[in-house]
Amino acid sequence: MMGQTTWLQRNGRRIVVALPLIWLIVFFFLPLIEVAQTSFTMPRRGIPPFEPLWGFGKDGFFTNFNLENYALLLEYWQDYLGPAGNSIRLALFSTIICLVFAYPMAWWIARSDPRQRAMLLVLVMLPFWTSSLLRIYALIGLLNPNGFINTMLLFLGVIDAPLRMMQTDFSIYMGMLLTYLPLMILPLYATMIRLDDDLLDAAADLGAGRVAVFRTVVLPLTMPGIIAGSLLVFIPAVGEFVIPALLGGPDQMMIGKVLWTEFFRSRDWPVASALAVLLLIILAVPIIYARYQDGRTTALDQQYDEAQQNDIKPGAA
Amino acid sequence: MRRPLAWPALILGVLGFGILYVPVIVMIIYSFNSSRLVSVWAGFSTKWYGALLQNEQILEALGKSLWVAVSAATISTVFGVLIALAFVRFGNFRFRLALSALASTPLVMPEVVTGLSLLLLFIGMEGLFGWPSGRGIDTIIIAHATFGMCFAAVVVQARLRDFDMSIEEAAADLGARQPYIFFSITLPVIAPAVVAAWLLAFTLSFDDLVIASFVSGPGSSTLPIVIFSKVRLGVTPEINALATIMILLVAASVVTASLIIYHNSRTRRRALEQTAAGDEITVVGQKESQP
Repeated sequence: MMGQTTWLQRNGRRIVVALPLIWLIVFFFLPLIEVAQTSFTMPRRGIPPFEPLWGFGKDGFFTNFNLENYALLLEYWQDYLGPAGNSIRLALFSTIICLVFAYPMAWWIARSDPRQRAMLLVLVMLPFWTSSLLRIYALIGLLNPNGFINTMLLFLGVIDAPLRMMQTDFSIYMGMLLTYLPLMILPLYATMIRLDDDLLDAAADLGAGRVAVFRTVVLPLTMPGIIAGSLLVFIPAVGEFVIPALLGGPDQMMIGKVLWTEFFRSRDWPVASALAVLLLIILAVPIIYARYQDGRTTALDQQYDEAQQNDIKPGAA
Repeated sequence: MRRPLAWPALILGVLGFGILYVPVIVMIIYSFNSSRLVSVWAGFSTKWYGALLQNEQILEALGKSLWVAVSAATISTVFGVLIALAFVRFGNFRFRLALSALASTPLVMPEVVTGLSLLLLFIGMEGLFGWPSGRGIDTIIIAHATFGMCFAAVVVQARLRDFDMSIEEAAADLGARQPYIFFSITLPVIAPAVVAAWLLAFTLSFDDLVIASFVSGPGSSTLPIVIFSKVRLGVTPEINALATIMILLVAASVVTASLIIYHNSRTRRRALEQTAAGDEITVVGQKESQP
């Protein structure tokens, strides 16, 4: 029955790998090289608004390599490195606040009966599927000086003058919670749903109080979820643009917004590129750690699934 | 033994859901406010929904966003399936490490960096080959497909991992060959994950503001770009109405999809339990049916 194999059948695997590999090299890897290159060029008037880094001119091959843009970042550090530090601070506290809310929420979902659990999970997933721009817009309507909260509090006589909530750290944290809370809940939930109730009972039977059970059993076993969720929140929060742009003021400058302003307002593309490189340097450690952690949890997941399957297999009985 | 939730945890949990939902609910209510002012409730009205349907700028942007999202999601899904197949089925193939790094880093890349880098690439390519000439819908589709395929790959991979290989082996034993096995057996089995991957890529593309802003040209503003420029000028009832429609549409589809999934998984679990219990159930059933 062996007929002739077609060209497609002989090279099937090669095509399956080559197509996405080439696409990602061209549209993901090369662009990053391009950013790094542009960060070493000088701005000019024209299209594109920067000098070529290298090329072939009248006198043959030339290069225009310089560190001017990075020197600029250092010289005007309050305008560039300040917001970078601010981004790290705001993202770090946002991660902690998300964790404080997400941990009991995930526990609640994991411990409820299947029907209620399905409903609560949909409630968590729903915001994840809706536009964060629109949800942040909705938040503005709540926090504005003439927004819903101030109107209500003034009406009830709790306050005499509108509270200033927009353009503060508070509004940033609210925006981050609104955007990233589901990303923190889901990995936590995934570790908590596997937590064996017998372990908690055993610890309690051996005389551990609630705090001791939490500290010695629950916390260590949910640590992978805490780490995964924190990385999922922290990494995008550092580079966030929409939240500082719509909810923040001058005190909540973040690196993503500075990059945007340099690019769209000042049209200084080399400095914008240097900021992108700086942002990537800041995120390099968490991103590499996330990949390492991801590989480890995938391996753990597989072990867990295999163990489960072996337990259930009727052949074992 | 199931312990009740301690009350501080319960309060935090309720507050958490409140933060996710109160802003949106208040916005939905105010989209029916007949006054332009947010602070005054002047009675129920649907006039802002009418105004929305007259707003050509928004309708045009909506059309562009839909076209971009459908195209980007379709490319993303095709490539995502390829990436997932390579990782799950091909073992240790030659460019595995490279592909794995390239397919996972876009998931965590800050949007401003992705947007800026792609724009610089497009401009560089235009200088070298004359393509793409200027930026517009095409460049947005390419940008969205690039990160969309990485998300799609994650979704499809998860499903492909617990694929029962024996049905494919059976097909091969009966003389079927590869692309045919893939299209007639593998694809139908993983179809739910493929649909989920398409929907995720569609949503990511449809909601993207930052990357689209960098790689769009004049006259190719997508809906989030138009919304962002309007939101910067303040809260307007028209945007309230638009946001309400979009959020309710998504909510309706997510709830419907979850109901279907929940129902299916319950039916499957029951069927599994019945097969596991085997003959006993039929015996019990027969006994009951005999008066």
